[in-house]
Amino acid sequence: MSLIQEVAVGGNEPQGASRRGRSLGLTIGAKFLRAIVTLLFVILFNFFLFRMLPGDPIGLYARGRNQDAEQMLELRRLLNRPLWEQFINYMSNPFSSGIDSTRFSRPVWEMIGERVWPTVLLLGTAVALAAIIGIWIGTRSGWKPGRKFDRVSTGTTLTLYAMPEFWLGMLLLMVFSVGSFGIPGFFPVGGIVSPGVDTSTPIGWFNVLWHMVLPCATLTLIYLADYSLVMRASLMDERKQEYIGLARAKGLRDSAVRKRHAVPNALLPTITLIFLSLGFVVTGAITVETVFSWPGLGLLSYEALRGPDIPLLQAIFLLFSIAVICANLIAELLYVLIDPRVRS
Amino acid sequence: MSFLEFCDVHVEYASNHGMLPAVRGVSLAVEPGETLGIAGESGCGKSTLAATVLRLLPESAAVRGKVLIDGSDVLTMGWGQLRAVRWSQAAIVFQGAMHALNPVQRVRDQLAEPIRLHRTVPSSEVGERVRNLLEQVGLAKSVTKAYPNELSGGQRQRVMIAMALACEPDLIIADEPTTALDVMVQAQVLRVLTGLVHDLNMGMILISHDLGVLATTCDRIAVMYAGRIVETGVARELFDAPEHPYTRALAAAFPRIGDPLARYAPQGLPGDPPSLGDIPTGCAFHPRCAIAIASCSESAPRVVELGHHRTVVCNLVGP
Repeated sequence: MSLIQEVAVGGNEPQGASRRGRSLGLTIGAKFLRAIVTLLFVILFNFFLFRMLPGDPIGLYARGRNQDAEQMLELRRLLNRPLWEQFINYMSNPFSSGIDSTRFSRPVWEMIGERVWPTVLLLGTAVALAAIIGIWIGTRSGWKPGRKFDRVSTGTTLTLYAMPEFWLGMLLLMVFSVGSFGIPGFFPVGGIVSPGVDTSTPIGWFNVLWHMVLPCATLTLIYLADYSLVMRASLMDERKQEYIGLARAKGLRDSAVRKRHAVPNALLPTITLIFLSLGFVVTGAITVETVFSWPGLGLLSYEALRGPDIPLLQAIFLLFSIAVICANLIAELLYVLIDPRVRS
Repeated sequence: MSFLEFCDVHVEYASNHGMLPAVRGVSLAVEPGETLGIAGESGCGKSTLAATVLRLLPESAAVRGKVLIDGSDVLTMGWGQLRAVRWSQAAIVFQGAMHALNPVQRVRDQLAEPIRLHRTVPSSEVGERVRNLLEQVGLAKSVTKAYPNELSGGQRQRVMIAMALACEPDLIIADEPTTALDVMVQAQVLRVLTGLVHDLNMGMILISHDLGVLATTCDRIAVMYAGRIVETGVARELFDAPEHPYTRALAAAFPRIGDPLARYAPQGLPGDPPSLGDIPTGCAFHPRCAIAIASCSESAPRVVELGHHRTVVCNLVGP
């Protein structure tokens, strides 16, 4: 009897309420630490990778340009430093090893700073759209799998997902900007803004928006399945859980069961995967930006690859890696924040 | 009039091997305020039968017969009426409290949901009602803000009980409410449940495979085997003097305290319950029955009324 009473007394307070605060801090700290270690590894790898690549940097730098002897000598001196000296120099600023872009003859950091915002704008919009539409599709098809909507949407999104980004981009370009099948070409063939339009005015914003429609649509359509299928699978899992049966037994409408109980639970893995997939989306940006001449980092890396423009490539590589590490870190932190099971 | 009445209820599940009968013609009534125990092994149709009360079976299940709550048939009523009946007239205490609570909602919100939905109390008093409910099941106020994962199994099951009481239903269906808990907590949770059901004068259907537990907590017991009821009777009498060979085996499977015979030789029942696709002819129990004779595999067992609310479905029992 005394045992039962003990259990009863001990059973009245939620477990672990006091421990929660400290362990949460530890969890978050561990995640940050892991991200920093990954970052250091990437920085190291990035240094050696580009020193192992074949090619003649002097030749690339001098090709087709008038270089005076002094500049050539300086470049030769920079390239001929011992590896450890180069390494220290690299670590002091991993984005530029003191050598300008061989293709544009400009500091690498300056180039990237110019090109980063168009990419953020394009990718941000495309991912947001793909996530919102994808989650909506996934919710509808996952709640009643096997219905017509599910079959049609799953088939369509999978087909789009399987298409190469540049190919879909070219199709859209042919139909909607060149104009085919009797559709007048309404959208511009490329670029971010029409010549002579000031982007600081509302007219300029609309001009940018108008230029963004096709590349953004391409990325959105391609990555729709990424989100809709995850949400669909996640919701189908949640549908079978007992708490859904309880919600129905309470007398809730089907739509309320879905909105209040199933979707909030199904969203947890989906949100994490949205951030995890950001690294993958970056690769899509390279081809799509190239097809639509969108002056972002994707197009820049394409141009750098053609050189190859080693200093520029190195910096872009590093930047993409950092973006992916950050996205993964955000995904993990977000999961801790939104899921009470991880939090405690 | 009975509060709940099953009239010749059949449930079949659609599967790749055709329709599988889970419940095969059950007629049973629960009087207002009565506690009915349903006993039987896993897979005998207890939970399926209970799920018909609020029409909670999956779409693959086909239900025939009538399930009357307060005189109206649950199986044919419209969705709107069904939603109104759910939880406000009959509520369920689910089996595994581990997964029956929404993991990302606070206990407070989950308890308040049916109260708001069925307007049991004015919306200004919902918070008060939630605290009272938790107090009734012996939980501290701090539990209101907790998420289910922060609670122990016993606490979660108490929350489930509080939730079942939330709309003051006339009937509570407790489907093996303590299976997922360890033994010490089981007794405690069961005491909370039966105590409250008794105090609030609610009816209850308690489902369990433990005949001993049912005998001490229920007014009446129905024993199910292979989708049919094989014996019903007043709880204590049925447990002390089981008539049907299956009930006897079930009663003998749990050693009784103070009974040295049962303690040294707890009797098990050989074999497994029949699979739904392959139910034996005649009396479904005959392959495992200790007293079966040749004719048991051919003729369906008859219903024998033994008086004093005792009914046995067997050809070898009674006069």
